[in-house]
Amino acid sequence: MDLQNLNPSSLKSRFTARFLRALTEINAPKTISSSSPREIFQRYRRIKVAADKSMAYSVRSRRIWSRATLWRLRTRSRSRRLVSFGRRASVKTRTTASHGKENKEHHGAVLGVQAEELRELVPGGEAMDLCNLLDETAHYIKCLTTQGFCVYMGGLLCEGCC
Amino acid sequence: MSSRRSRSRQAGNNSRITDDQINDLVSKLHQLLPEIRNVHSDKVSAAKVLQETCNYIRSLHREVDDLSERLSELLATTDNAQAAIIRSLLMQ
Repeated sequence: MDLQNLNPSSLKSRFTARFLRALTEINAPKTISSSSPREIFQRYRRIKVAADKSMAYSVRSRRIWSRATLWRLRTRSRSRRLVSFGRRASVKTRTTASHGKENKEHHGAVLGVQAEELRELVPGGEAMDLCNLLDETAHYIKCLTTQGFCVYMGGLLCEGCC
Repeated sequence: MSSRRSRSRQAGNNSRITDDQINDLVSKLHQLLPEIRNVHSDKVSAAKVLQETCNYIRSLHREVDDLSERLSELLATTDNAQAAIIRSLLMQ
């Protein structure tokens, strides 16, 4: 019984196509040194951004977490000054925070601490009510595993060509 | 199949989300976790499931980080000829 809008095989193929395209751009002809630690680190950051972008664009705006990720990626690309680089930074969305608070309080006694922790991990989680949070988390986990699989396959591909 | 939409509409109409809905979503999350410590899944508390979910998401993030780092190092070692081969393969 799959979640709505989640077809694993097509998500995987959509993600893979985008991610591999991004990889080719990252791996474009290099200048003199391509293996300095600084270059490796910069390429690592670009790969991470490409992986997040591919994942979010494959899901588009169908999910709160993907919208939050897309918003964060666009905001980051606009401003040159990066305060904190990392997907862990939570995004404040414009959804009804008051409604979320009410439901947080109702079930807050039971799941308060863990739900807060989860909100920080799932993009856009801070403004979600508990129902949405749990629903979005399930979809987010499935996409994260797909993301890991595709990055791994990208590595195998490169390894095979070495 | 529009269970997600109707659920949120329901949440909008009643300000209370039912415990059944929560339990249903929590058990769905539980199915996704790699380890099921107890034999009967209904014996695991919701708080425990959420805690395990947080740990699982963090480990998935770490895994993608490690794989990306590995990929970055691999790309450093492939020379331009091989990179061109990869590129032509991927463009198909």
